[in-house]
Amino acid sequence: MEHLLPAIGLLLQPAVLVALFVGSIGGVVIGAIPGVGPAVAIAILLPTTFIFDPLVGLSLLLGIYGSSMYGGAIPAILMNTPGTAVNALTTYDGYPMTRKGQAQRALGLAYSASFFGAMVSIVCLVVLMPVLTKVAPMFGSREIFLAALFGVILVILSHRGQVFAAGMMACFGILLNTIGLEPINYTQRFTFGQSWLSSGVNLVVVVLGIFALSQAFLLLSGSDDHVEPQKVRGSVFSAMREVWKHKRVAGVSSVFGVGIGIIPGVGEFVSQFLAYSYAQRTSRTPEQFGDGSPEGLIASEAANNSVPAAALIPLLALGVPGEALTAMMLAVFYVHNVVPGPQLLTGQMDFVIALYIALLVLNIFALAFLLISTKTLVRVISIPNRIIGILVLMFSFVGVYSLRNSITDCLIATGFGLFGAILKRLNVPIVPIILGMVLGGIMEAKFRSAMARVQSPLDFIDRPISAVLVLAIIGVLAINLRSTLRQHRARSN
Amino acid sequence: MTPNTTGFLKFFRRERRRGDFIFAAAMLAFSLFLLASFPSQTTPAEGTAWSAQPTLWPAIGVFGMTAFAALNLLSSVLSPRIPGRLAELRVWLGFLEYAGWFLGFVLLVPQLGYLPTSVLFAVALFWRCGYRSARMILIAALTGIGIVVLFKVGLRVNVPGGALYELLPSGLRNIFIVYF
Repeated sequence: MEHLLPAIGLLLQPAVLVALFVGSIGGVVIGAIPGVGPAVAIAILLPTTFIFDPLVGLSLLLGIYGSSMYGGAIPAILMNTPGTAVNALTTYDGYPMTRKGQAQRALGLAYSASFFGAMVSIVCLVVLMPVLTKVAPMFGSREIFLAALFGVILVILSHRGQVFAAGMMACFGILLNTIGLEPINYTQRFTFGQSWLSSGVNLVVVVLGIFALSQAFLLLSGSDDHVEPQKVRGSVFSAMREVWKHKRVAGVSSVFGVGIGIIPGVGEFVSQFLAYSYAQRTSRTPEQFGDGSPEGLIASEAANNSVPAAALIPLLALGVPGEALTAMMLAVFYVHNVVPGPQLLTGQMDFVIALYIALLVLNIFALAFLLISTKTLVRVISIPNRIIGILVLMFSFVGVYSLRNSITDCLIATGFGLFGAILKRLNVPIVPIILGMVLGGIMEAKFRSAMARVQSPLDFIDRPISAVLVLAIIGVLAINLRSTLRQHRARSN
Repeated sequence: MTPNTTGFLKFFRRERRRGDFIFAAAMLAFSLFLLASFPSQTTPAEGTAWSAQPTLWPAIGVFGMTAFAALNLLSSVLSPRIPGRLAELRVWLGFLEYAGWFLGFVLLVPQLGYLPTSVLFAVALFWRCGYRSARMILIAALTGIGIVVLFKVGLRVNVPGGALYELLPSGLRNIFIVYF
């Protein structure tokens, strides 16, 4: 309670409120346009936020992150095209409802389930706060190293069918992070005698290339084939009340989102899959799933929208981002010399609470905006792909060039843009590159300081949290191997 | 086409897209190049424990990348192939055109200035993409202006004025350098 009033004071600064408003509305619009997505928008805006206070910059990015999934449901439901990747499951039941003439009902359910999921996750965060403040200081160098290692392993394993490619990309990210002058011994690493590589490869430049420029190249090289969205008739608001009839599904799905969101490297897809499977298994009408089931739609939307708040937990408590978007947000912290981790939770609790309240406010902004603007947004999502590509290309310029006015940065970003476009064409995961870069840096620093205090590798498990993390790593690897063997046996039979 | 694989090699099968083999082979070649460069591109620190060696994490990156790249190539070879490798390569080469547009934009901004380059670039790209009606050209020009107003005037992002602005009268020149 002692931190609540200072936190509200921080949040009531006009710049923070404007950033939240712009971020949440911008997020809805960006999410509603297929082919853009929050990663592209956050990558573009990232350098711009460096000139703001950390809370202003983070509010803007959080607004985009937290509200894009609301917008992403619109094309998923009306056009069978997910606005963001995590809205893919929404198409399963949302679009069949639209075809049955229930578009406004589907949208109402999606909005209310998303809002429900977000609220549950914020409540969970508040409830978990006292636990976090006690547990986070127990994380020393070895625990943070193990948490980051756990994150890298989960990121690789979560890309089923692409594990080798994901491993290759994660290691590439780790290598990219090491390029340049090593800060302790001052030796050059993989600079090939090039002075422009001495300062290393900038994370923001890589992010902009691999997420934003690559998307622009793909959109511009593609065609403008477009599915005309269905018209929305009637009030979306009246359909929103229906979510209460399915509050069990919404509640459990949100808890799945929170539980999975906390674990680094897993994210929305797994939580959606678990929530959807649960909803189908416990439904009285499982045959409706995939053919316009309200429960299926609620499960998908509640699960994905409860992840952003939960994903902030490892970032804020340990400084370990769980996925690409929080990895980008970490850059905002670093630029302002705010180091997320146990010290942040104990020393700047008002800042952390302000972020949580910001999450609450942005969800209210996003929902209110959707209720008054859905019919207008339907027109926005009809913008041809190639025009969106032109816009992304022009916005990307601002992102890369404004960073240091460096043509070299632009060249590097272009290289990563080409690489990212090829990866996207091949469906090779790109997120492990970013997480490899960010978590690789954390692992290197924490491993070095942890090893200075231990006699043997066995000392890594002489503390309860590090022992649990080691067991978790072994457990995840064993479970994954077992399920691969089972699949292999099933295929052989 | 499905390669005839038996036993544990079936583990490596996965879905494969057009161009997968080229990519997998190129990544392995790149990894091997980095691996071969490792001794010349890193310097161990004398008297430093292995855990604090500056070579440790580059080694983890390079060796890990090479091992995974080899497994990925093996997996590509053993997975059912979808024909169309050359067509896919042409798509990848097609990206170069837009990379060129982007770099052209980057090189023109310091010369012409952000506002003129943005308007020129937006109009030219709209034209290139087939949007050639007077209405679309007007929208393109307004888009260019809008982006500059949003970022340079509104958010005050750091994009320096162009050399062309030096030709403007002094009062106007200052306004253009600061805002456009």
